[in-house]
Amino acid sequence: MSGLLVQQPGLLSLLQDRGRYGAHNLGLTTGGPLDFTAFDWANRLLGNDANATCLEIGFGGLSLEAEIDTSCVITGAETPCRLNGDTLSQWQTFDLAAGDKLEIGFASKGTRCYLAVSGGFDIEPSFGSSSTVVREKIGGLHGDKLQAGDRLPCSAAKIDRHWQLGEPDRPEYGDFANLRVVLGYQQAAFKPTQQWRFFNTEYRLTDRCDRMGFRLEGETVHSDMVGMLSEGICHGAIQIPADGQPIVLMNDRQTIGGYPKIGSVIPLDTARLAQLSPGAVVSFEQIGIEQAHNIHCLQQARFARTQPDPC
Amino acid sequence: MRIEVAGQNAFIVYFAEQTSAAVSAQIQAAVNNILASMADSIVDLVPSYASLLVIFDLDRSDHFAVKQQLRGALANLDSLDAASGELVSLPVYYSRESGPDLEIIAENGNLSVDQVIEIHQQQEYRVYAIGFAPGFAYLGEVDERIAAPRLATPRQKVPRGAVAIADRQTAVYPAVSPGGWNLIGLCPTRMFDPAREPSMPVKVGDRIRFEAIGREKFLKLGGEL
Repeated sequence: MSGLLVQQPGLLSLLQDRGRYGAHNLGLTTGGPLDFTAFDWANRLLGNDANATCLEIGFGGLSLEAEIDTSCVITGAETPCRLNGDTLSQWQTFDLAAGDKLEIGFASKGTRCYLAVSGGFDIEPSFGSSSTVVREKIGGLHGDKLQAGDRLPCSAAKIDRHWQLGEPDRPEYGDFANLRVVLGYQQAAFKPTQQWRFFNTEYRLTDRCDRMGFRLEGETVHSDMVGMLSEGICHGAIQIPADGQPIVLMNDRQTIGGYPKIGSVIPLDTARLAQLSPGAVVSFEQIGIEQAHNIHCLQQARFARTQPDPC
Repeated sequence: MRIEVAGQNAFIVYFAEQTSAAVSAQIQAAVNNILASMADSIVDLVPSYASLLVIFDLDRSDHFAVKQQLRGALANLDSLDAASGELVSLPVYYSRESGPDLEIIAENGNLSVDQVIEIHQQQEYRVYAIGFAPGFAYLGEVDERIAAPRLATPRQKVPRGAVAIADRQTAVYPAVSPGGWNLIGLCPTRMFDPAREPSMPVKVGDRIRFEAIGREKFLKLGGEL
């Protein structure tokens, strides 16, 4: 099948759908887009299925050549993009013709951008999903990040009309995020003074942040747990090992682990965390489960009601 | 039993402070009940030693409804059926060649290498959890005489099929990976094969028996040295 030919693969370009669910019983993790908000807009602007396979471009550096005529969009991190050498706007659909060269430079604000094609990339699902998890060698084209010479299979499918997301509705990427947290797991083992410290200081992203987890540094926090049995870890869980420095567990986390956890960051905010670079600052804010549900519902409603503009 | 919040769309149920075959059987019964009565709203279940993580679909249900349904599903746990998961036999080529840590375990336990091999085979193990990597099944509990702490420096490369011991757990490495467990043999059975259905020969709650095989049989069954 023809599609888009990879000339330069970029640093960490991964085919992703919405994620792999229902396979934790085999030890398979979720995968999926780190910033699902930018991912969802990419598919929506093209009129794709919400679970259509896109390319998550980590940090940038990708160039592709089209073998077919299709329509595309690039959302997410602010990145200089060029089509046959001409500047290309993000958050706005555009046509790609056979022979066209698409270049995605390095992200200047944010870390992950998303390239969607009309109809999505045509990837055979593994365990119900096309999501690439490099650690597991599962998903994507060959269970790995893109390599030069790969072909991203997709059908010729131009859209009739072009759309863009209005600037006020686009997310802003910066170097700070407030992460809202639902208390849970071993939270009772963190004394009130420890919890106070955790929610009232700022943490900095270390350079050990990847799709498994984001390691932070700042005031140390300690629990009273001495030894614990390994248990299931959900997305966004905040693990605090003996060194007292929190790790927010992300899409490619191991499904079980044995470190104390104080609670979990809500998915909307892990998506924001994922766009930050080492050195960026985060704070944690405790919210109740009702509030978390409200935020989720409002986000869903906002996404449904925000209409892109024709262009 | 305690039901705690894990995240915005997840609960974790703690069944006991310590694990045992009975606790594990109870968890397996809970998994069966939840799958039978709540399949619509459940996304993933992660059973482990003494807990069960329940992840639900926030677009189909909510915290309060799921918690109520969970209480129902956990109220009548008939753990008897689940106690006797399937019995799966795994062949192992135990030798100094395939198990570089056999001698250390023997030395530490004042045993001969043959005794270590015999003790490892003489009991049934239970699959307590699957995780760490695809197809990695945590089996317990090994006889105290051959229990061994993790290596101080993990190996960069443990071969696929390596049969290993860490503390009172044993496992078969499903793929080549770094690892800090003590290696005592090699198993030719693939613990995770994405191309096969089912992709794993075991599931949580099953019982495992290891059976010694010779070098030739190991190679004949597809093992690699």
